[in-house]
Amino acid sequence: MSIMVLAIDDSRTIRSMVHQALAAAGFSCELAEDGVEGVRRFEELRPDVVITDINMPHMDGFGVIEAIRKDVANRRVPILVMTTETAKEFKTRARDAGATGWIGKPFDDQSLVQVIRRVTGAA
Amino acid sequence: MQDAADQNGEVEFVIFTSGGQSFSLDIRHVREIRGQSAVTPLPHAPEEVLGVTNLRGAVIPVFDLARCFALGATVDAERNVIVIAMNGTQTIGLLVQSVSEIVSFPRANIQDAPDMLGGSAQSHISGLVPLQEGMSRVIDLPSLIQRRMPVPA
Amino acid sequence: MAANDAFRDLFFEEAEDLLATLSDDLVRLSAGEFDNEIVHSIFRAVHSIKGSAGAFSLEELVDFAHRYETVLDGVRSDRLELTPDLFRVVQRSADHLAVLVEAARTEQETDRAVTETALAALDACLCAASATGADPMPTASETPEAGPAQEEPQFGFVPLSLDLDSLAQTGPQSFDICFRPHPSLYENGHEPALLLAQLAELGHLETEIDLSALPHWSAPEIVEQALSWKLRLATDATQDAIEEVFDFVDGLCDLTIQAEGNDMPETVVQNGAPIETATTKLAEPDAAPTATCIEAETAEPASAAKSVAAADTPRPTLRVDLDRIERLFNAVGELIINQSMIAQRVDDLQLHHDADMAVHVESYRLLARDIQEAVMAIRAQPVKPLFQRMSRIVREAADGTGKQAQLVMVGEGTEVDKTVIERLADPLTHMIRNSVDHGLEGPEQRCANGKDPVGTIWLSAAHRSGSVVITIRDDGGGLDREKVLGVAVKKGLVPAGADLSESEIDNLIFLPGFSTASATSLLSGRGVGLDVVRTAVQSLGGRVNIVSRPGKGTEFTIALPLTLAVLDGMLISVGNISMLVPISAVLETIRPLAGEVQAVGPDECLLSIRGRFVPVIDLAANLGVPRAVEADAPMLLLLVETEARGTCALLVDRVHDQRQVVIKGLESNYGHVPGVSAATVLGDGQIALILDPDAIVAQNHGAGLRAVIPS
Repeated sequence: MSIMVLAIDDSRTIRSMVHQALAAAGFSCELAEDGVEGVRRFEELRPDVVITDINMPHMDGFGVIEAIRKDVANRRVPILVMTTETAKEFKTRARDAGATGWIGKPFDDQSLVQVIRRVTGAA
Repeated sequence: MQDAADQNGEVEFVIFTSGGQSFSLDIRHVREIRGQSAVTPLPHAPEEVLGVTNLRGAVIPVFDLARCFALGATVDAERNVIVIAMNGTQTIGLLVQSVSEIVSFPRANIQDAPDMLGGSAQSHISGLVPLQEGMSRVIDLPSLIQRRMPVPA
Repeated sequence: MAANDAFRDLFFEEAEDLLATLSDDLVRLSAGEFDNEIVHSIFRAVHSIKGSAGAFSLEELVDFAHRYETVLDGVRSDRLELTPDLFRVVQRSADHLAVLVEAARTEQETDRAVTETALAALDACLCAASATGADPMPTASETPEAGPAQEEPQFGFVPLSLDLDSLAQTGPQSFDICFRPHPSLYENGHEPALLLAQLAELGHLETEIDLSALPHWSAPEIVEQALSWKLRLATDATQDAIEEVFDFVDGLCDLTIQAEGNDMPETVVQNGAPIETATTKLAEPDAAPTATCIEAETAEPASAAKSVAAADTPRPTLRVDLDRIERLFNAVGELIINQSMIAQRVDDLQLHHDADMAVHVESYRLLARDIQEAVMAIRAQPVKPLFQRMSRIVREAADGTGKQAQLVMVGEGTEVDKTVIERLADPLTHMIRNSVDHGLEGPEQRCANGKDPVGTIWLSAAHRSGSVVITIRDDGGGLDREKVLGVAVKKGLVPAGADLSESEIDNLIFLPGFSTASATSLLSGRGVGLDVVRTAVQSLGGRVNIVSRPGKGTEFTIALPLTLAVLDGMLISVGNISMLVPISAVLETIRPLAGEVQAVGPDECLLSIRGRFVPVIDLAANLGVPRAVEADAPMLLLLVETEARGTCALLVDRVHDQRQVVIKGLESNYGHVPGVSAATVLGDGQIALILDPDAIVAQNHGAGLRAVIPS
């Protein structure tokens, strides 16, 4: 079974680009357009990896990570933050919230796939 | 069908009569043959353009083929039909006296139009095919239509 | 970073939506509604545009959005106070952002100097904030000077690479690595085995698990937390590359990396939270079910959003390829024609006594109209985004002329066909600029006239009996009719001494050649006059009118069909040919009395109506068709409004009724026919031509009219 990725981003453009990049790499990719929907989709789909944007309406990326991590059973799920932020404090904050790693925006398809492989061990 | 005909070096033609003479059109240009229907005249159109008619919701021009070849106007008659022809994406109607048959010829049997067919007549004829009772002129549809179309606005 | 065209289109589509949101939010802020959620929303829109724009290497856009976002971030985190001055900058920046998006979309060069000015304004806000002793802005960490568009390393992950220079100097090297994960490492979804596997990819890895801290009979989680590794890696890679592997777990473990032969560890222990604390945290009961937590977290922002934007709750939408809609559109057109053909056939067969049949025919008609309306609604869009763009135009034009102006929008929810909206953008822009430029007076003059120094332009849209009416009204000085007439006479548009009504003078400004470079400013001009506006509106099947009140202001009214696919027309016949005249052009039908039509010269006729003379045009002669009525039959004239010659009277044989028809192009199968804009299929299956009165009038030759003058 292929690895299922849940990508949460309020930008249609980014969602489409992530979807194409992941589908091309053989991942199955599900999408959500804000934090609240993202958490709901997470509960419903139980994906192997989550990629989330930070600045989103209704619930931001930190909220998403915290909501997912609240359940002990979800602790092992890698959650990647996709963001344009580069500040060290930001990384610390994401890590404190429970993020597994970061992907810079704009991303290129190859690094995106590599980061997912890195945190999932997928071949 | 068409591919098979091509492979055998055969071409199918629809043979019809217009202005008392025999004409033929490559069947690949022919979409259908309909009875004569109401035609709405177009202002400022050349005399061979009878007007426009309704083909299942599309507005298509109808040409009097006899007039295209300077054979006078086609006289109103029961047997008159409109040959619906396609030229690329363009659909047009050709009013003819009657359609007689569909004939298949080896490509080799199509002869070039001799030079003696001068003037406008020659410019829309791509060749000649022999029939039992004489011969038929093969219509060069793109050339026939192109000359009669107004410049797009 | 090659993003293909589909994504590019998607990006611009989305950017357009985001700019609309931005514009909406700014309007709400300017209306005095201050809510942090609005500021957040503005921030997110700009941030989102920046984030996606980066994927398309739109550097200027990204740079600008970044700086803009920094200011907005200051506002949303209360580091910057939203003073009127700052709000102005925020508003102008939104305008400029829209300009940059548009330039990127059309792949046009931007004026870099304008961007520099806009950036400087944003910087000034940031500097002002730090000067007043507010918290320093986090610009240093975000390095806006460098800008994200520049080749900064993709933090978080850089493909592991070898430094060839250092390789040449150092050769393979061994590293001793001590790695002791904190519980938080596991909690963040990390797996030590994956990290070790990545290390192993760099070279030869020897691992040794240190179980010394392992307590007896612990839970599996506790076992994991107690594990630590002693590793030895022989590799060509640099120490940086090794640290790269541990990038994500920085702070989530104790880590030392020591190159062989080095006494001092180069990377010192990074202490995270002590294990005890984390363990305690781990042991805390997760009493609340997750779902409840989510609700609790979302309740607050959701309700906040509701309170400010109850009306803006987005409805679920579906994006459909335009081609599919076109196909549906055409099919519905056929359906309508088919329906009227059947109705007419039933009529012809005199089946009225069959009550059932009558009921079915009527339901078919209603059903077909319902479908038609529903399909047309698919293409309908609110004029709001178009109107919003106009507030930017007003600000630009006001800035350019030193005037003060505000735009008030009314009825921006009014829906119009997508194509109509698209094709209305240029003429509307031009008219709005014109209103600021020529309509409104300068602030001093306004004050002197006892007006508010800030001029107002009202832009409104409304549906009125099957068409959409857009008005542009200003409270400026109105037209200077004397001057307008003077210009027209000077340019030879009207004869000197012509006696024109006020409305006729006002309408002179639409004449081609009225406006020249000297009559238009830099802004509205570019040498283009209102004649272009009128032509554009007419090509949409619409009409534009002007009403001016000296000292009070000017109002332009544009009436447009709701869609370009159907047309309301007056069915007439000339000879035995049926034709439609667009109702938008038709004024009235007249049966002139003897003496009301008179010959002027060899082939001109004039109709005298209410004290005015109107040229009469013989439609049959114009179209080259024989008339179907006796030469001495009473004349029937259709008065039409044209651009070229104002009011004209078309001589027709019969006027039937007014009806709505589906427009069919002639051009794809035939070509352009002079005087005819398109065709339609009538209920009996016959084709009727749709006349273009302007073209008819322009090509008029009035031969033979004398014979039909009633005597």
